[in-house]
Amino acid sequence: MKLREFIVADAIVPELAATDRDGAIRELVTSLSGAGALPAESVDEVVAALIKREQNGSTGFGKGVAVPHVKHGKVRRMSGTIGRSANGIDFAALDHQPVYSVVLLLSPDNQPQQHLQAMNIVFSNLQKDTFRRFLRQSTTRDAITDLLDEADQGK
Amino acid sequence: MPTASRDIVVSNKLGLHARPAMQFVDVANQFTSSVTVHKGGEEPCDADGKSVMQMIILAATEGTPLRIEADGDDAQTAVDKLAELFEKKFGEEE
Repeated sequence: MKLREFIVADAIVPELAATDRDGAIRELVTSLSGAGALPAESVDEVVAALIKREQNGSTGFGKGVAVPHVKHGKVRRMSGTIGRSANGIDFAALDHQPVYSVVLLLSPDNQPQQHLQAMNIVFSNLQKDTFRRFLRQSTTRDAITDLLDEADQGK
Repeated sequence: MPTASRDIVVSNKLGLHARPAMQFVDVANQFTSSVTVHKGGEEPCDADGKSVMQMIILAATEGTPLRIEADGDDAQTAVDKLAELFEKKFGEEE
């Protein structure tokens, strides 16, 4: 699986306006909805599910990245987006450090294998120091999609 | 240095997604032994059992064979406790 198969380029937010976790989650889900990946009437429900998931255990796994994700019945097709925060956001991360890059993933509730494959490709890249550094430095939607393309090509 | 290992199969329907991966790492970190998880099947790979990211990268779906290995003074207890998580399906219903 490749990042560009499920990361919706038009929904990428190169500079998050939100300064807290719940706000960032809402901003990214709204952006996905605006790009046509989720019906507008499902936004509130999906945001609530993502926040509940964070409360059960932070998806801020360290190194300045967080991967809020949820499997939800209102999601028809797996889709994701990326948000960047120059100032950092408190995600209650495992290493207690601020989060600068948020990769948000929505999956249908009946395709656990596809969800695991997407998480695999997201984390395989997030584990690389260069990918994290370039993502943090990419200030436009184009720069971020270029980075994703390069990652998909295995560069 | 004592070592211990156990072969298990992922039996919960959702596979080793983020929550069980974190649960596994939390338990692994209670021991001084190093913990490695080997994934068998079509795409074999290894993960440090104390790294959430590496455990998620395993992308172990239902039915995937895994070998839990520990190396250190408390290796046997660690393997027993970690295998138990899989046996109890990480508290998931199916």
